[in-house]
Amino acid sequence: MNIFLDDATALVVVLPLLIAAIIAFIPSSRLAWFITIVTLVFHLSLSVELFQNFSSFGTIIYEFGNWPPPWGISFKLDGVNIGLQLLFSAFVLVTTIYSRKIFLSEIDPEDSGKAYSLWLLAIGSLNGIILTNDIFNLFVFLEISALSSISLISLGAGTNRKALLAAFNYLVIGAIGATFYVIGVGFAYAMTGTLNMNDLIIQLSQYSEGQLAIFAGMSFMLIGLMVKSAVFPLHLWLPPAYSYAPSAVSTLFAALATKAILIFFVRILYEVFSIYNGYLEIFLDYILLPLSLIAIFVGTIIAIYQNDIKKLLAYSSIAQIGYITLAFSINDNSGVLAGFVHIFNHALIKGGLFMAVGYLAISLNDRVTLESIEGYGQKYPITSYALLVCGLSLIGLPLTNGFISKLYIFQALYSNEMFLTIGLVALSSALAVIYFWKIVEKLFFSSKGYEATSEDPAIYIPIWIIALSIIYFGIFSSTIVEFSSIASESLILGGSN
Amino acid sequence: MTNESLLILGLLTPLFAAFGSYCFKNNINVRDSFGVIGGVITFLISLKIFNGLQAEEQYVINLFTLFNGVDFLFNITPLGSIFSLVASSLWILASIYTVGYMRGAGEKNQTRFVIFYSIAIHAALAIAWSGNLLMLFIFYEILTFSTFPLVGHKQDAESQAAGRVYLSILVGTSLVLFLPAIFWVWLETGSLNFTPGGILEGKFPTEYLIFLVAMLVFGIGKAAIMPIHRWLPAAMVAPTPVSALLHAVAVVKAGVFSFLMVVVYIIGPDYLLQSKASNWLVWLSSFTILTASIIAISKDDLKARLAYSTISQLSYIILGAALATTFALKGASFHIITHALGKITLFFCAGAIYVTAHVKKISELGGLGFKTPMIFFAYTLGALSIIGVPPLIGSWSKLFLVIGSLEADFLFVAILLGISSLLNIYYLLQPVFIAFNKKNIKNINITKAPLTIWPPVITGVGCLFLFFFSNYFLNIINGVVA
Repeated sequence: MNIFLDDATALVVVLPLLIAAIIAFIPSSRLAWFITIVTLVFHLSLSVELFQNFSSFGTIIYEFGNWPPPWGISFKLDGVNIGLQLLFSAFVLVTTIYSRKIFLSEIDPEDSGKAYSLWLLAIGSLNGIILTNDIFNLFVFLEISALSSISLISLGAGTNRKALLAAFNYLVIGAIGATFYVIGVGFAYAMTGTLNMNDLIIQLSQYSEGQLAIFAGMSFMLIGLMVKSAVFPLHLWLPPAYSYAPSAVSTLFAALATKAILIFFVRILYEVFSIYNGYLEIFLDYILLPLSLIAIFVGTIIAIYQNDIKKLLAYSSIAQIGYITLAFSINDNSGVLAGFVHIFNHALIKGGLFMAVGYLAISLNDRVTLESIEGYGQKYPITSYALLVCGLSLIGLPLTNGFISKLYIFQALYSNEMFLTIGLVALSSALAVIYFWKIVEKLFFSSKGYEATSEDPAIYIPIWIIALSIIYFGIFSSTIVEFSSIASESLILGGSN
Repeated sequence: MTNESLLILGLLTPLFAAFGSYCFKNNINVRDSFGVIGGVITFLISLKIFNGLQAEEQYVINLFTLFNGVDFLFNITPLGSIFSLVASSLWILASIYTVGYMRGAGEKNQTRFVIFYSIAIHAALAIAWSGNLLMLFIFYEILTFSTFPLVGHKQDAESQAAGRVYLSILVGTSLVLFLPAIFWVWLETGSLNFTPGGILEGKFPTEYLIFLVAMLVFGIGKAAIMPIHRWLPAAMVAPTPVSALLHAVAVVKAGVFSFLMVVVYIIGPDYLLQSKASNWLVWLSSFTILTASIIAISKDDLKARLAYSTISQLSYIILGAALATTFALKGASFHIITHALGKITLFFCAGAIYVTAHVKKISELGGLGFKTPMIFFAYTLGALSIIGVPPLIGSWSKLFLVIGSLEADFLFVAILLGISSLLNIYYLLQPVFIAFNKKNIKNINITKAPLTIWPPVITGVGCLFLFFFSNYFLNIINGVVA
């Protein structure tokens, strides 16, 4: 066992990538699913192991092939990403359990085995994005994740041909984003001769603020990452991609894909960019903050006018990413803390919502629209109530984790005396009630009477695991807050933990 | 039994009752007895707590921390003990009445009905006993959600539309205004605990207090101040036991109770009085009192008339809180008891009339008084109490409110209360005059339903009887104001 544990940091990334290659040759979809589950159970135990190592020894830097940085590639597990690593492992396992029936009914049965190969590829590359400590290596993982995502999205063509267009959209916009990013990496490499994050920080601190090339490079990197994490107005790829992909895929992406990239985004902001405090302030105050506020309103208002529920949730994601970047734009501990809290909480909330809607989608065998789910609260009560719990959390009712997010965002804004922003955020969260209420009304208050239909436990158990965790973390919020404060402290204060 | 376990038992009893009703759903007599037994137990507990508080006992439970400075906390205040005593004692009678009404009117889904009824009582008790504003908010929402199936009980188009209005207004206002107001208090003070004398003074920017008061009074939609009152007439499509206990006692009183708690234990009456942040509310609640009375006159449907009367009477309590003087607060607190007792009597009677004579409209009551004298006897007592005629209990709270308004130099409010009483006389007693008018006697078949007749008689006589024991309540009400 020890042989694994020494390399656990690398294994959580390499293992899914390796197994992905093997699964591609397995004809039986059931076996493919089973191997995926086993892999992810192992993945989770590795993450737990990593967490234990982290809590006893602090930051772990893994050097591939024992090549010390700045020559070799390295992974870094520190306060910033340990929380997300744990959540990621646990969440992908739950989603994979859930995905089986979804894939069977939404994807051509012949492809559903191979889908798991892409699935693991996406998981491995996302985990790489979470862990990598090398700016060029990040680009590689971004590309792997883009390729696997595009293929996974296009698998949705089995139910709706628009998935192909969505995948193509993502291909083009994603490629532009990646190009921006890699141009920025080129600038940084030209100036400093290094790709390693830690080394980059040391090298960059030698330059004065006036270096235009560095500023340009950093801007390219940030914009590239903003495209990838769908920060308004660079979000256009996201709604079609989320809404036409197979439901399990939307769940994975909505919960984790953008979050993993956002983590790297704040790292660039607060670990690298913060060397030039003047630039950072300008970027945060005049670019990120206004964009976040616009994202919140635009996303919410468009969501109100959506009829297709997956699209509604996707636009709601734009708004929620806006809340996260809004919190990150507050240049102090409380703001970054709130951002991390919302990253964790929103991952659970939106994941749970997409899962529940996904089940309604395969039961309907059609697009899930406001009309088509009328009265489904009676027909599929177990799933519908899980959806209700996730939705109540989305609008931030007490005893759900969404409330905790709201609380910390308000607190951060308040302690920085951003009263106008507080007003706007309060207004926007009131607007969010409208779109969610439209779903609740159709689900539960319809005149159509249905008998309760028996639901599939293989699907509703994973959904309820998420729904219950939403309530659990709403009542006992200290776990998430602890992880978030470790993350924000190690970013802002540069602490070793 | 320790104080903690008493508190927990009190909170859990309604849930046990709900569960018991579910387990015995096939044996309707056992099922329906759970409500009565639960009512008796919670009443005894509330009474013990009520007395215990006067003996300076503490009833506090702190289960765990929700977030910085806010715990999952129950802490019974004198005001809370009044509310829980009212809700639990009337639950006993309402349970008995429910049996008579639901069977008499042949309603469907009775098991679901009694279960949600008990859960609603649980929420009302938890509101009464919550130790901070967030706990109050949580159970406030639970109360809304648990009463929703009761409002839409008939499941026809009308009751569904009503349920939608009910839920959208109550949930909407609470999320958009009440919750942000709670956030605001927490951000400024770092606490939400109910503390005698309030927690805002010296920490809250006084010039903004007026906005906080507005957010609270409109955010607590259950207090039904105009223009947030439309949910209450809409909710009257529910079976009468719901209108009686929930929409005359538990739900609406939870609203005004919440506002009183905020004034007494969060803002602090002295601070509110100094800041003059609630002067506008005196005008608005006066407007509501008068307007709702006038609308009530125009209603021919007995329950709709009582609903508008409730809106008007609730604003008496808001008015008392807004005046924030000692006597006004006493009057407001006392009015929770007196109005509950009076109004539940009237609703019980309205339901009894429906079950026995199948009449809903006031204009069709002609001569009914001779056939069902007991109902109209009880009705008259309840109406007189609400009007404020001595020697009925309602006269005390009105007296205090009048003194309170003079104390705060609002002479016009005292005059307005007088006018309102005159209007009360007209619209509450008109049904009695029609019922005892010999010219209008119609041939109506009377169904016997004694279980719907005795509860209003008991509460009606209670209005008379308790007038002489007002000191019992005043002791603890003085504790609220002190």
